[in-house]
Amino acid sequence: MSSYVITIGTIIVIQAIAVCGLNVIVGYAGQISLGHAAFFGIGAYSAAILTTKAGFSFWTALPLVIGMSGFIGLLLGLPSIRVREDFLAITTIGINFIVEAVFRYVQFFGGALGIGGIPRIVLFGIKLKGITFFLLCLGFLIVVLFICWWFTRSWASLACYAIREEETAASTMGISPVRFKLLAFVIGTAMAGLGGSLYAHYMQFISAGDFSFPVSVAFLSMLVLGGMGTLWGPVVGTLILGVLPEVFRPLVDYRIFFYTLLLLLMIRFQPGGILGEGSVVRRILAPILKGGRA
Amino acid sequence: MLLEVKDIHISYGDIQAICGVSFCLERGELVSIIGANGAGKTSILNSVMGIFPPQKGAIYFKGQDITTMPVHQRARIGIRIVPERSRVFPRLTVYENLMTGVYGLKNKLPIDERVSWLYEVFPILKERHNQIGSTLSGGEQQQLSIARALISDPELLLVDEVSMGLMPKLVEQVFGVLEQLNRGHGLTILLVEQNAFASLNISARGYVLETGTCVLHGDAKELMDNPRVKEVYLGH
Repeated sequence: MSSYVITIGTIIVIQAIAVCGLNVIVGYAGQISLGHAAFFGIGAYSAAILTTKAGFSFWTALPLVIGMSGFIGLLLGLPSIRVREDFLAITTIGINFIVEAVFRYVQFFGGALGIGGIPRIVLFGIKLKGITFFLLCLGFLIVVLFICWWFTRSWASLACYAIREEETAASTMGISPVRFKLLAFVIGTAMAGLGGSLYAHYMQFISAGDFSFPVSVAFLSMLVLGGMGTLWGPVVGTLILGVLPEVFRPLVDYRIFFYTLLLLLMIRFQPGGILGEGSVVRRILAPILKGGRA
Repeated sequence: MLLEVKDIHISYGDIQAICGVSFCLERGELVSIIGANGAGKTSILNSVMGIFPPQKGAIYFKGQDITTMPVHQRARIGIRIVPERSRVFPRLTVYENLMTGVYGLKNKLPIDERVSWLYEVFPILKERHNQIGSTLSGGEQQQLSIARALISDPELLLVDEVSMGLMPKLVEQVFGVLEQLNRGHGLTILLVEQNAFASLNISARGYVLETGTCVLHGDAKELMDNPRVKEVYLGH
């Protein structure tokens, strides 16, 4: 495999981890989030600071990075208790801009210059790069998918589905909306933190622009395209939107046109996404894809 | 006393929906609140469930003040509601809908026994076991909604306009089930209905609500003989 393919593959896998996290928040719990790149960034910056300034290795920093992303997700998930739908979308956009501004203007986070010199991940004395780094990311994606699979079969998932469908009716069944919305935010943002950490160690240099609002929109597009609330939707969506720009590279001037056309066709003909409820692909692959509920 | 509602006031902005209503339920009673559209019946049920807590007054359940208690906690202490227009979860199957009703009670209830019993009471739900909620007919959704509220073995069942949108035969069947649950199983039920005859017919007592105030109350049979109730609600 060429290093070009491995690079594209690694980025896709890292993004798929973050999009799986977004799926827990948006797909399973039904909470709109347009600021997911902020948590991807919080994971990346936490990993970068802990490894470049505090002397941690990737492995010792990882639990702290995931914990920190989840904790900040918990705090920033608090607005979801008070605000819903459009207002929550606007609130999460605001969170993205604030987090990006903090990275850009606070010197501790490297300011406009970002943070460089982030070390490579070392496993059993081997510095991971190329295919080995790709395989590590793939391993983490499998773990994340397993957690999502477990989640879809848990009581927490049933509670989240109920809240997504009819919040008031869910609470009359004894389900606490506050508890499960926050749980979804914690799990989803912790996954974004993991993705961010891998991104930082892969790129070895990060800056605030890597975690801006358009990145959040891209994550959401990947999720919508693949199918919200499905197990494999985030992976399929990320794969397609990761590969398409490369496939259309010879038509570089028309790339955005094809990308936009694809999204419009999806919205028109398959609003649930490629693997979403009632989709053509899902009907064909129904016996194989037992993953998501919706 | 199982439920005591004391002088509650509910308003939506400038509109006063409930003005100083008080009532009570003894354990094992079936009590109806009847009234025309907009009389405030649903507001009362919603306030007992905690969906719209009253701005003034107090609600006691088993002697405990629950006026400001969150909805999900009221559900956990034994109050369940069958809402108007059923509100089943459209993308969950019949079984999954039922399972949402036992959330947090998994280890305290013999769930399989409860499901079997409910499938006996509502045989159509057994046939629709794996069907998603949105594909059920209105009557089936209403039955699922009642079953979902009953699966947790509640102490108090609040039933809101259960006859709405159901064909007469099904209304009779649903009221029959409610009567059986009350008489046979001792379930305490607070029934809110426009169908005054059907609800008073199975109730021990009743309250008549007009524009947010209680204008009459008493024994159900006496209320059915009351000239005003006869004229306005029973069409005699």
